[in-house]
Amino acid sequence: MKNKLIPYSIILIFLIIFAVFYKSLKDTNIYTPETKINNDIPIFSADLLLLNENSTSIEIFELDKFYLLNIWASWCVPCRDEHPILMSLSKNNKLTIIGMNYKDNKKNAKSFLDELGNPYEKIILDKNGTNSIEWGAFGVPETFIIYNNKIIKKYIGPLNQELLIEIQKIIK
Amino acid sequence: MKIFKNFVIIFLLMTINNLNANENSERNEITKNLRCLICQGQSVYDSDSDFANSMKILVDKKLDKGLSEKEIYIYFKEKYGDWILYDPGLNKNTYLLWLLPILIFVFGGAIIFKSFILKK
Repeated sequence: MKNKLIPYSIILIFLIIFAVFYKSLKDTNIYTPETKINNDIPIFSADLLLLNENSTSIEIFELDKFYLLNIWASWCVPCRDEHPILMSLSKNNKLTIIGMNYKDNKKNAKSFLDELGNPYEKIILDKNGTNSIEWGAFGVPETFIIYNNKIIKKYIGPLNQELLIEIQKIIK
Repeated sequence: MKIFKNFVIIFLLMTINNLNANENSERNEITKNLRCLICQGQSVYDSDSDFANSMKILVDKKLDKGLSEKEIYIYFKEKYGDWILYDPGLNKNTYLLWLLPILIFVFGGAIIFKSFILKK
């Protein structure tokens, strides 16, 4: 009995090690953020840039309409790169673009929009960054597509031509 | 008498210090178990990045609202997934992680039992 147990246990241990390595070899060790979708949008109330008023998520996001929420800041260089894409998306009347101004000062944000144009219908202020965390964001820029109060798509990083086509397909 | 006075002053100073430390202890406890997602190998507590600072403010807000430690973890897990917690729960991706030590312990125990105790 004892003679049998040792080879069997060695084989078993090797099998376990093999399984663990085989499983983890395929995983990358670079963390890729989970783009969890179909989450409900958070309920919040925040001040708006340019309008000097307070608004809530229920007032901003209506049902049965496509929304694009873009987190941006005037100090963020990739935001500058993706701005023309947002400008061309703003011409599409099926989509309403909402901005979220992340840890920015009002003066800089306004001059950024004066210089590059304003694609946003409303801009939510996020002074201390807590609002964007409620959305599950990592930083700037980040873009969410919202339909019926659900996040149906999330893009981390700047938008580009390929994603522009993808977004246009989604809202068709 | 002078020594006694000094002793009282030092004692008071130490207790005040202690009180201040306790105020943040719950928040610290929670942020130590939250991973800073944009940093490498740092918890939210350790990091001073924009993301971590916002997380700290949000944890404070949630504590003020009266959420418990567990509820805060569930809240962040819903937003960012399991990865944000340093102490992952048992699910289909982590069962090996949780069960392997127990298996090895039981298996090793069986070998020891067989070879040493039964021999006697």
